Amino acid sequence: MSHDTQAHGSMRSYLSGFILSVALTLASFGAVMSNVVPASARLALIVTLCVAQLFVQLVYFLHLGSARSQRANTAIFACTTFLIAVVVAGSLWVMHNANVNMMPMPMSVHQAMMHE
Amino acid sequence: MSTTLATAGHGHAEHDDGSMTTVGFWIYLMSDCLIFATLFATFGVLAGATAGGPGGRELFSLPFVLTETMLLLLSSFTFGAGMLGAAAGRRRVLLGWLAVTFLLGLGFIVMEVHEFVELIHDGAGPSRSAFLSAYFGLVGTHGLHVLSGLIWLGVMMHQVLRFGLDGIVRRRLACLSLFWHFLDLIWICVFTFVYLREFTP
Repeated sequence: MSHDTQAHGSMRSYLSGFILSVALTLASFGAVMSNVVPASARLALIVTLCVAQLFVQLVYFLHLGSARSQRANTAIFACTTFLIAVVVAGSLWVMHNANVNMMPMPMSVHQAMMHE
Repeated sequence: MSTTLATAGHGHAEHDDGSMTTVGFWIYLMSDCLIFATLFATFGVLAGATAGGPGGRELFSLPFVLTETMLLLLSSFTFGAGMLGAAAGRRRVLLGWLAVTFLLGLGFIVMEVHEFVELIHDGAGPSRSAFLSAYFGLVGTHGLHVLSGLIWLGVMMHQVLRFGLDGIVRRRLACLSLFWHFLDLIWICVFTFVYLREFTP
């Protein structure tokens, strides 16, 4: 990596990235391990915190952004994010539907395992 | 390497070849991202398929996972600090931070192997249920990546000692730095969707 690109950040950016990441991680674990957050809101909260931390690390550690030297990387990343969304959301959706529309089976798991 | 030679032939600035190598490596990382996306999708589909066996709630210990997470987070920071040393041309600072990063990564792997061994010992191995197969597949793949990162770290420490901080070594370090931070990104999704999600209603 040459010196004139901005791709290696500064001590300050690494430190702020680290502190933010630790704070977000502790918030995630705290939300699940303590009773501060109502149970029904926990999943939404940890997913939000996860996305926030992904952004923090992409910006502070991987130096992704709109800077000239990073534009190609950012564009490729945006395309990949779209593909990931299609793969993950599509799989969950299709398989959920398949499960819901499955014919009821008159056999329990234990019976099925006995048949092996 | 071949792109380096090609662009160097045009008498162009070193700026170009370095950034093109990292863009190429970034494309590899994104394809790796897709592998993990399919593993996450598989896990998402099979998360409830415990086949009468133990679920995540009985198996996972959150303080243990939090410790693993902190090791990996800290190693991301120490790697960054090392890269700053490399940018300043300070070889000893770089090597020191790389060694710390290596130890933190090793700690993570040791903890993960310990967790896997305990699970298998308790009869919750990958063959117990579809949920556990998906779990071992996903978390194990991440662990293998960290292990490869550790081997690569060792190789780079040797290269820095042997060749000094020349252009090629710097470029390889930049790729390894992307790789290492990328593993941290994947782990954020792992602890959220694999471990913490099990404890939400």
